[in-house]
Amino acid sequence: MEQILSLAGQNLLSPVILFFVLGVAASLARSDLTFPEAIAKGMSLYLLFAIGFKGGASVAQHGADISLGLAVLAGVVLSFVLPFVAFVLLRALARGVSTIDAAAVAGHYGSISIVTFVAATSLLTAGGIVHEGYMVAVAAAMEAPAIVSALWLATRGGAGGRMDGDLWREILLNGSIVLLLGAFAIGWITGERGMNEIAPFIVAPFKGVLCLFLLDMGIVAGRELRAAGRIVTPGVVAFGLTMPLVGAGFGLAAALLLGLSAGGVAVMMTLSASASYIAVPAAMRVALPKANPALYLTLALGITFPFNLTLGIPLYMAVAQTLTGG
Amino acid sequence: MQMHHAKRVEVIIEAVMEKQVTRALEEAGVTGFTILPVLGGSGRSGRWTREGTVGRATGMIAVICLITPSRLDILLEALFPVLDEHIGVVSVSDTHILRAERF
Repeated sequence: MEQILSLAGQNLLSPVILFFVLGVAASLARSDLTFPEAIAKGMSLYLLFAIGFKGGASVAQHGADISLGLAVLAGVVLSFVLPFVAFVLLRALARGVSTIDAAAVAGHYGSISIVTFVAATSLLTAGGIVHEGYMVAVAAAMEAPAIVSALWLATRGGAGGRMDGDLWREILLNGSIVLLLGAFAIGWITGERGMNEIAPFIVAPFKGVLCLFLLDMGIVAGRELRAAGRIVTPGVVAFGLTMPLVGAGFGLAAALLLGLSAGGVAVMMTLSASASYIAVPAAMRVALPKANPALYLTLALGITFPFNLTLGIPLYMAVAQTLTGG
Repeated sequence: MQMHHAKRVEVIIEAVMEKQVTRALEEAGVTGFTILPVLGGSGRSGRWTREGTVGRATGMIAVICLITPSRLDILLEALFPVLDEHIGVVSVSDTHILRAERF
């Protein structure tokens, strides 16, 4: 418990987290502080590019073996399974939520938040905790399968949902996945040489850009909370705070089975605890248009994301270190 | 200068539906359209804005096309299945155009 509190304290006082808190506070206080959409998207592209490339370069440096394939497979399985857990938990905690809304929310919690992943790996690096470079590929693999599970849940519940070419394109070719995997592949191919060539662009400025991006995410999260209104019932909030812990538990089990490092365990827990608010919401608007976007966006961005960023990640790091002895 | 009567159809729709809407327009024989980003607005779910957003789930676009009055019904019938379940607004207004042969 002491270790968790100590880590949480360090985490909460990191610039990355404090800028997120600033963004939330500014938004709740109705400040006119905002980022133009193009700049927010530009920062997002930069972070995806940098994290993907660094992951690939790390794999090139340390070598890839069957553990990469097994970790990706574990991620895919988690992404397929977690929506079912989320669906049952949400319906149990918030009884007024419809089948289609629960299915849409479930899809978000089976997928991952790449920003939470970036924040977690950044904090691990700052703490000198090493993690497997291929976790970037695991993150990319976990984006999409949850959407299929969510549609199955919606269809089984009589709420419809269509899988057509447009949706498959949205799922498999969305910009985040293409850039993340593409940068990962290029980092792997070019290895140390490539890393040396572009390190001044993706290493030194990374944390500063992450701070600005999380400032923007804080503003957007605060805006979601302000607009949430009657959607945010006690049951919904309970789900938003409980499901990350449940998901992290599943991630922990998978990571320990795989024999990942302490950092790898923490990352797998973080991925399983996070909820998408970029790729999956867009897919859900296409596939399940009758689902209420205010519910899943408020949950993913307004409740779970702040929880993971402030308390979740330090908890997962502490648990990972305790159980692996790392 | 000779002007011709036409219909201006404006579709304000979720940004994720851009491909589906423009495909429906093309299949209805629309010869051209314009897509504009929407900065923000207000609806049944309250106010919203594109400021600071990264994903496409919360954004809207405006798709504008001009069409001869005789083809309006065909266009609206092509659009309806695409728009029916999504957040958006369709408005039709009267306008006048030059070079009617291009529409």
